[in-house]
Amino acid sequence: MPVEPLFRLQDLSVAFDGVTVVDRLSLEVRRGETLALVGESGSGKSVSALGAMDLLPANAAVSGGRWLEDTSLDHLSARAWRALRGGRVGFIFQEPMTSLNPLHTVAKQIGETLRLHQGLSGRAARERTRELLVQVKLPRPDELLDAWPHQLSGGQRQRVMIAMAIANDPVLLIADEPTTALDVTVQRDILNLLDELRGHYGMGMLFITHDLNLVKRHADRVCVLYEGREQETGPVGDVFANPRTAYTRNLINAEPEGQPQPLASQHSLLDAKQLSVAFSRPKRWLFGKQPAPFVAVQPLSLELARGETLGIVGESGSGKTTLAMALLRLTPSQGEIRFDDERLDRLTGNDLRKHRKRFQIVFQDPYGSLSPRLPVSEIISEGLRFHHPELSEQEVLHRVQATLKEVGLPQDCASRYPHEFSGGQRQRIAVARAIILEPELVVLDEPTSALDRSVQKQLVILLRDLQRKRGLSYLFISHDLAVVRAMAHRVLVLKDGEVVEQGECDQVLGAPRHSYTQALVESSGLGMMASA
Amino acid sequence: MSATMTLSPISRRRLAVFRHNRRAWISLWIFLVLFGISLCAELIANDKPLIMRYDGQWYAPLLVDYPETEFGGFLPTGTDYHDPFIIEQLETHGWALWPPIPFSYQTLDMQMRQPSPSPPDSRHWLGTDDQGRDVLARVIYGFRLSVFFALVLTVGSLVLGVVFGGIQGYFGGKTDLIGQRLIEIWSGLPVLFLLIILASLVQPNLWWLLGIMLLFSWLGLVDVVRAEFLRARNLEYVRAAKALGLPSHLIMRRHVLPNAMVATLTFIPFLFTGAITTLTALDFLGFGLPPGSPSLGELVAQGKNNLQAPWLGITAFVSLSVMLSLLVFIGEGLRDAFDPRHIQATNGTATRITPHAS
Repeated sequence: MPVEPLFRLQDLSVAFDGVTVVDRLSLEVRRGETLALVGESGSGKSVSALGAMDLLPANAAVSGGRWLEDTSLDHLSARAWRALRGGRVGFIFQEPMTSLNPLHTVAKQIGETLRLHQGLSGRAARERTRELLVQVKLPRPDELLDAWPHQLSGGQRQRVMIAMAIANDPVLLIADEPTTALDVTVQRDILNLLDELRGHYGMGMLFITHDLNLVKRHADRVCVLYEGREQETGPVGDVFANPRTAYTRNLINAEPEGQPQPLASQHSLLDAKQLSVAFSRPKRWLFGKQPAPFVAVQPLSLELARGETLGIVGESGSGKTTLAMALLRLTPSQGEIRFDDERLDRLTGNDLRKHRKRFQIVFQDPYGSLSPRLPVSEIISEGLRFHHPELSEQEVLHRVQATLKEVGLPQDCASRYPHEFSGGQRQRIAVARAIILEPELVVLDEPTSALDRSVQKQLVILLRDLQRKRGLSYLFISHDLAVVRAMAHRVLVLKDGEVVEQGECDQVLGAPRHSYTQALVESSGLGMMASA
Repeated sequence: MSATMTLSPISRRRLAVFRHNRRAWISLWIFLVLFGISLCAELIANDKPLIMRYDGQWYAPLLVDYPETEFGGFLPTGTDYHDPFIIEQLETHGWALWPPIPFSYQTLDMQMRQPSPSPPDSRHWLGTDDQGRDVLARVIYGFRLSVFFALVLTVGSLVLGVVFGGIQGYFGGKTDLIGQRLIEIWSGLPVLFLLIILASLVQPNLWWLLGIMLLFSWLGLVDVVRAEFLRARNLEYVRAAKALGLPSHLIMRRHVLPNAMVATLTFIPFLFTGAITTLTALDFLGFGLPPGSPSLGELVAQGKNNLQAPWLGITAFVSLSVMLSLLVFIGEGLRDAFDPRHIQATNGTATRITPHAS
């Protein structure tokens, strides 16, 4: 294959208001190859792609050389840029939910790029759009032509985005975290589709991601970024086998590892029988028939011993968060919930409120779960002040300091506000808020999924430490099997509100019996690592 | 409210953005100065001397009503300090310190050299209206009354709107459904007709008007607050507070209300201008404050009825438009200051263009 660069960046720097975000990045994408741009959040990978295509806001200063094939992109007019973007360069963004205009049908959105770049309109555009939908393997293309974005699933929307990106036979495709917002099984299909299209059109692809598993499987070469600086570039096999810089080594070894402590007791803490959650659907008409309720969680039973971690695994919409909310009595449910031999489902009002300190929750989003208006000490001490009004101000502060220390945060952070902390630190604050009440059960609702791999690893270690010291029971909800394996004693796999498989963690993840679990394990890359 | 009073970094940044908006900042100061001046209206425009000395004794007519007999008159009623006889008495037996405008809002000037409405001259800086009352004095008192009315109405609407909107939004479901339907019915009542009917039953004074207006003015706020509460009750930190076992009223006050405050505060200037306009309109139509009260609306009506005296209409127009423009500018500044996009722009952009960088 001729090694001629299709797209080249030479010493690209991007600065916002004088703050350098990308520092002298040089890379090249060859025809027909995928170059993965890898880095953790804030490493400048998206900014460099956007900067290369002149898509940054006006306060960004971009310098350095940019070439697409033989053309320099440095002094293009606005008009030339517009012809280039969406024409010879296609884009796919991360959020399939927001990157389509909700007010236009699929045919209209794809047709727009065809009209602008190829002058197609009317029947011709519609015909071509249909071809594209077939190409991106959307089911029922004739129907979907007139579908609105809200009628499509996340994966389908991303396929529409891909159809838009390849509509004008681009030579370069820039995919910015194209699958991050999708479920793992969908993720695999989308990436396979991208690989196929790239081969078919002979495009070069710049694939921006934080997920090394995907890089391993879908990229030819990789460029590692850290804080806006290029760490190393090379063929994927070489970089993974012999990482040259310490940062790359860390990144590759950031896979959560280790095992939970073996169980000491079998004393049951939480026991749910025939628990189900159903949401009623609104009536169509005032006098119409009440439609059947939507069952988010089918009747299921589960048990959790003291000091045990039960992993609840499933994709989005599988009902795992709803199940946790129901167990904590934050969502109405049917069935029996026993907490330490007390019927939790029968408690209401103040009785329930008094019990709440015994079971706590840590949410997924470290940015949303802390009130931005309160300092950290207030956030952490809030529950304590309510449940233990007898404590003096001095004692409360003392407890706050001790808890901060326990979750590995510096003492001086008590008076600071959440926005001053990174995602991982915020998640530690959320953990501190939960454990200061000395609960027996903590529900961890995807606590690691918004974090970078290396931060995930630290958090997993912290959570295991806390479990060992305090004898906590965890209900660990996640879609990330690697993290679940490092945390859970037992695993329960949910699909569409139903338990498809449950059992010991090693058994379920090592030798899955149900086809769904098998698909999950395969697409998560766990199987690959085991065989490697 | 207390959460926004202690200046968190966000509020501090908002204040900075607001101060940066020169038009709003200057408008705020001008408005505060004008309101401050109008609060001392009695010292500026009054038909009594501020302080005086008569026969070696101090008098404060502003505070005490002295009978005319005190100054050599014949009637034991309150003194009319504009009476030529009294003026002469004062000049011969002592001295008097008059306010810059020696007329109150309802003083009828008996010594006019021209038929009322008289054009502006050195005696009446903005002329007199068709009953011979000083226009400038009426504008100062009218401004104060309008702002006071708007202030009370706004605070009342805020309290009612936040309480009802908050309860509906936070609890949602049936509470929300029933509340919304009741509000829809309530807002269907014709306010103007109610006021007209009221005017035929009682002599409407300021408090009657305030009460009736208050019954309806909070409805607009409910939607805003309810929407904010509906959104905020599903925020993760609110759910976290529920999981902590905090009672509803505490969650609402500490976690949800601060979210709604932004939308509410942005709404305030518009409530304020709305209240002023409504009062003016009612006065203009004659269903407002009792006759004789200093009112800008009544001045507008006089301007309309006396087109031969343009100073009436022009004064009413200028004073109303200046007041409302100032308030709108302040409102714009507030809205921009609370606009999260503005805040982010001053914060740094890297987080904005890479949303997934979280």
